[in-house]
Order: sequence, then structure tokens, then C-alpha cells
Amino acid sequence: MVEFTPGARVRVRALMPPGHIRTPAYLRGKTGVVERVLKEYANPEQLAYRLPAAPLRLYRVRFEMAEVWGAGCETPSDTLDAEIYAPWLEPAHAP
Amino acid sequence: MPHDHPHDHDHDHDGMSPSGHPYRKDQDTGLSYWQCMEIAVRELLIEKGEVSAQEVARQIDVMDSRSPANGAAVVARAWVDPGFKALLLKDAGAACGEMGFDIGPLQLIAVENTAQVHNVIVCTLCSCYPRNLLGLPPDWYKSRAYRARTVREPRAVLAEFGLTLGEDVQVRVHDSTADMRYIVLPARPEGTEGLSEAELAALVGRDSMIGTGVARRP
Repeated sequence: MVEFTPGARVRVRALMPPGHIRTPAYLRGKTGVVERVLKEYANPEQLAYRLPAAPLRLYRVRFEMAEVWGAGCETPSDTLDAEIYAPWLEPAHAP
Repeated sequence: MPHDHPHDHDHDHDGMSPSGHPYRKDQDTGLSYWQCMEIAVRELLIEKGEVSAQEVARQIDVMDSRSPANGAAVVARAWVDPGFKALLLKDAGAACGEMGFDIGPLQLIAVENTAQVHNVIVCTLCSCYPRNLLGLPPDWYKSRAYRARTVREPRAVLAEFGLTLGEDVQVRVHDSTADMRYIVLPARPEGTEGLSEAELAALVGRDSMIGTGVARRP
């Protein structure tokens, strides 16, 4: 799995699997920047069903409101930070 | 308005309380599915000896004993002690532990409000909240309206809380989607230079640590 460092541009995978998912639907397919690298935590998608849960790297990713909601949003340069698990992130190139 | 019923005293007072107010109907409703489930599971656990009723009561007491005063004490310490503030922003759990507040197994991140940046906390997926530092969350924090709107139109939400921010201030929304919990370190108000740590803590309300408000001026 790709490891990211702070400042890396990442895209949230636009997947819609069933189950207990802690990646908000409104961020799927959106591109942001790694704000900081967090520790590894047990995969909540397995933990929720009492399955053996593998440790996963967690990242804090910062998105611009314009990217999340479009240029017509309230204030495009405001930001939104969310915690996203590594399997949900893929490298993104600069726009 | 102290009265929500006509009070001209021409009517007869049958069915009124001794102070002349109409009795309201009891609002008793049946238990919801999940309330029944909670009672059933709790009683089963007690019957099987997994926990005792006293342990359940004690844990409720622990939850009730936590209040925003804990968070306010942390904020006031950060305002007077630059070393503590640096630790709080780097490792909030360690900083809180230094003050004797056990934040449990979850990780805490403190985000700092400045003249240029205003932070606000939300949990869109459920209602994650730094309970160990702030106590139980207010009901509105768990409402769908707050959760859905704060990520989409934070400035409109903050304005409804009485906080209107200028265009020169960047709003940073933090969605607690996974294992982190957040607390806002509000900006220290002007005119507080001579105040003690305890006096400063009294200026720090719950909403200022969620980001839907700011610290009070003395």
C-alpha cells in the first residue's frame, strides 16, 4: 500500500461498498492534501462485525470547500479536514 | 413570556393547579425499540454476572461528572503557559494527562483559533465528541441539521450561533470521521492580561471549545 507524507495530494476512492464505512460519502472521489499522518488503527470495517481487524494507517486529509461542494459553495477557500484510512486513498497529481 | 394561556379569570378554575395554571397532559409514550433493547441487554448482563447494577450506576456517575470545566482548565493553562500550549498542539492527550485528565484510549487533537483561522468541530457520521474533556455533547451537536450543514455552510451555521466571521478569517471544519477527537483552543480575549488561570478558565464556555462560539471577554 502506498505510504503518504504530509503535503501529498491524494484522492479518496470513489467506491460505494456496503457495510460500516467511516469514509464519508460526500468526500469520495474528492482530492485533498495530507495534513498529518496518524497512527495505525484497527480497520473499523472489520471491527464493526467482530472480525479480526487489521491495523490500517490513518491520515488526516484537508480538502478545500470548492473541491468538495463546487465553486459556487459558501466560501471556496475554507477547508474541511477528515480522517481517512489508507486503503481509501490513491495518489493524485497536481491540477 | 411567563404565561402561554389566557389569564382573565372569567373562566372557572376547575382542572387548574393551585396556582391557577392548567395541568399539562403527561407526555408518557411507550419505550422505543432501542430503549427496550438497552434494558434487555443490561438486565441480561447483570443476570449473567458480567456487570453489576452498581458498576453501571458508577459509570453513569463518571460520565455525568465530566463537564466543560475540564476543557476550560486545559485552555486556560495553554493561555498562560507557552510550553504547555506547544505540547497541547503537538500531543493533546499527553498535555491533558499532565493535568490529570484521562482522555481514555482515543486520540485527541487540539486545533488553535487565531486572528486568521477559526476552527469548528463536527461529526457527520455519528456524534463523536471529546466527552472525557467536555462531558456529554449538547443535543444540537447530534442533530442531522448541525452535522449536515456544518460541513457545507459553516459560516451560516456559526452566524446562527451569533458568530459572524469576516472574509479575512479562514474557516476550518474538522469532521471526526474515525479515531480522533477534537477540541478547539479558542483565542485568548483581549483585556485579560492580569487575570489568574482560574479567572481565565471562567471565560471558556463549551461552545468556544466546539468552535460554535468564542471565549468571553471579562
